[in-house]
Amino acid sequence: MICGDGLFKRLLSSVLLMNVTGEKSCRALGRGMMPAAVLLVCAVIAPLRAAERDSLSIGITQFPATLNPNIDVMAAKSYVLGLSLRPFTVYDADWKLTCLLCTELPSISNGLAVPVDLPGGKKGIDLTYTIRADAKWADGAPVTTEDVRFTYDVGRNPQSGVSNAELYRRIGGIDIKDARTFTLHVDKLTFDYAAIQDLMLLPAHIERDAFADPAQYRLRTLYNTEPTNPGLYNGPYRVSEFVGGSHILLEPNPHWAGPPGRFRRITIRTIENTAALEANLLSGTVDMIAGELGLPLDEGLAFAKRHGDAFQILYKPGLVYEHIDLNLGRPALADLQVREALILGLDREAISRQLFDGRQPVAASFVNPLDLGYTDDVPRYRFEPIRAEALLEAAGWGKGGDGIRRNAEGQRLSFELMTTAGNRSRELVEQVLQSQWRRIGVDIRIKNEPARVLFGETLPHRRFDMAMYAWISSPENVPRSILHSSEIPSEANGFVGQNATGYANPEMDRLIDALEIELEADKRKALWAEAQRLYATELPSLPLYFRSDVFVLPKWLSGVRPTGNQSPTTLWITDWSAQP
Amino acid sequence: MIRYTAIRLVEIAAILVLLSFIVYALIGLMPGDPIDLMRSSDPRMSAADAARLKALYGLDQPLLLRYAGWARQALAGDLGYSRLFSVPVWGALLPRLGNSLMLMLPSFVLAFALALGLGTAAARRPGSRLDAAVNLFCFAGISLPTFWLALILILVFAAGLGWLPASGIATAGINDAADRLRHLVLPVATLTLVSAASYTRYVRAAMREALAQDHIRTARAKGASEARVVLHHALRSALVPVTTILALSFGGLVSGALVTETMFGYPGMGKLIFDAVMGNDYNLALAALLLAAAVTMAANLAADLAYAWLDPRVSYR
Repeated sequence: MICGDGLFKRLLSSVLLMNVTGEKSCRALGRGMMPAAVLLVCAVIAPLRAAERDSLSIGITQFPATLNPNIDVMAAKSYVLGLSLRPFTVYDADWKLTCLLCTELPSISNGLAVPVDLPGGKKGIDLTYTIRADAKWADGAPVTTEDVRFTYDVGRNPQSGVSNAELYRRIGGIDIKDARTFTLHVDKLTFDYAAIQDLMLLPAHIERDAFADPAQYRLRTLYNTEPTNPGLYNGPYRVSEFVGGSHILLEPNPHWAGPPGRFRRITIRTIENTAALEANLLSGTVDMIAGELGLPLDEGLAFAKRHGDAFQILYKPGLVYEHIDLNLGRPALADLQVREALILGLDREAISRQLFDGRQPVAASFVNPLDLGYTDDVPRYRFEPIRAEALLEAAGWGKGGDGIRRNAEGQRLSFELMTTAGNRSRELVEQVLQSQWRRIGVDIRIKNEPARVLFGETLPHRRFDMAMYAWISSPENVPRSILHSSEIPSEANGFVGQNATGYANPEMDRLIDALEIELEADKRKALWAEAQRLYATELPSLPLYFRSDVFVLPKWLSGVRPTGNQSPTTLWITDWSAQP
Repeated sequence: MIRYTAIRLVEIAAILVLLSFIVYALIGLMPGDPIDLMRSSDPRMSAADAARLKALYGLDQPLLLRYAGWARQALAGDLGYSRLFSVPVWGALLPRLGNSLMLMLPSFVLAFALALGLGTAAARRPGSRLDAAVNLFCFAGISLPTFWLALILILVFAAGLGWLPASGIATAGINDAADRLRHLVLPVATLTLVSAASYTRYVRAAMREALAQDHIRTARAKGASEARVVLHHALRSALVPVTTILALSFGGLVSGALVTETMFGYPGMGKLIFDAVMGNDYNLALAALLLAAAVTMAANLAADLAYAWLDPRVSYR
């Protein structure tokens, strides 16, 4: 060893026991080794760290491929744009739809939303929004309806590369009233009509040239070719340095008229390896690890045990719903008694408690308890292995000599369980499931695949028995894509659709269709409750839990409020501050 | 010699063409595509959007047709755009190539220098304590996983002592050479230690063989100094096999070091190639892999030519 054993041990133990912030760690480190040198370093470092509280460095595990808000879907991009670009509307930390760039949410009662009859008996809606008077791009140009018109033109053009064009397809036209007010003519009346977060404004005054050839727009947009152009951002911060794959530096938008951000500089640094990310946090290279793109829960819990005293650690269960899809095309799984036995044979509470310290609440259905549509009046399944065995017996699966059940034809009750390879939490859960199900006579063979294979090939072609993964949704997200019979992938529809279980129930279809267009919240709640009851009764998939994000923050940082929905915490950066 | 070189260059060109097709086909045969993944992370993205984007990116075309289109463009000197980064391929490649060279060149030189010193010293005194220590260093360097070594260096020198930055290429907002150098220290040290260990084994073995040869005994009998015997006579012979190893390692200068780059959040070629392959970014993956292959083969050719200089018995006709 280069350092010699004693020194090496002392270094490692200081690392493991370390309080990173400032003098305390330095003092600990200084005991017994190279005192003069270490004290000298501490003397230099500690004041520097104290003085740097007007800057914030955030570690995340992904680097955005582009900053264009309408091209590509990446959590890292949303996180950075949360600081620098205002959407019209967002779901806040209380899961309420609110205006950020607009002055008032349109509603039928305030007259800004007007239902209209469309040809063919369809219902549409006209929505009027007004842009905040003080909204400006960071180059000083005002945000105007010209930007709205330009964004609409880009979104409607099939060549432009916009990822989610659904909203633009639904907007039949725009009426510009003045420089700040416009009306959208939407050709479908849905309960969430006021939510237009997908309409992320593009600055017409500098982006128009890039759109001259729509097919080249995704390549020529300034968000790719000149990401530090201040005219691209209208939020409290603007991107001032962009080093691909490494970091993004943001500085205050000088034309931001809202409450000012408290930090002079915010650095978003990408470190994909989570062990290295932790080490970066301990070294002070990053001040915090974002919950949206940081440590998985098991690593977060382990980190909290080692260094919990030195940091604030927040856990926020959210909209990522972990479950096991059952392929209802398999004869054994098509039998409701078998599906019920499978969930009764699982001790999900114990899994949550033992593996996740109880931080991931067990799910009763696909709707999160924080959601408006949530009801707890659904069938609930506790760990009842005796009842599970009785159900399997009744379904014709008797126990064989090897402990595995067989039917009258001698077929074993055996399934392949798949998940995304390399996801340590899921792989751990798989082993517990395998062991728990074995006790009721169900044989599980684990066969994991890389995410791109599982999601790109196996699930769309329904080549699985059981698949454990997560559905990501938004507040009051109607489960059309995952539970409607029209979304079952098949050869006839080119294997599109996300209803991989093959669940087809006319009643569920009716509820989904009705949910989308029911404007009255109370009536909608009743429909949501029916849908959850049906889901929990028929069990096309087995609910596990809602995944928790782990936010590791320095003790001096306050105001960070995890949302649990798809809105990144950075949208409320102006609430964040450094305490002395 | 000229004819030999010309033939080898034609061979290299043919291999590159073949390799381009194999790489293209392998990426194309991977199940799923980036649009499928994009859709799995955005529940609101419709099937119609997925189909439109696949058509826009050409992912709905048969593989052979796509390859023919790429080859036509590439032969005209246009490597196209990177789908992942939405910039021309060279725009994505060159900054990463520069970063990788800054990381790999010093590591390569330092590792080779270290290996030359340690390998030669160990070979001169086989069985000695020094030899045992060098062997221990070699086995440790070869056995230790790179990610573990990187993590330990971060924990000790960044988290523990706070002397060096733990990751990245530079401090945000600071653009000076000293800062860039500080960020290079730990990744370069990691790569140097790992590479030096295996190079040292080769140098030691080659040197031991060289020192046992007749002409070395003759040189000593003629009264040549030990330094001259080792540096002038033995080292030259020992360098022949070592040159082959170095030539093969040369491709690494442009293909980067995936694990080290990932651990240190360093944007180099290794990570770029990995992301391009996994993200079905054909244009970028092909350009990067072909560049790495071309450099490896060119270095190999240079090594073959160098044999003639290092060993007078070798000649090419």
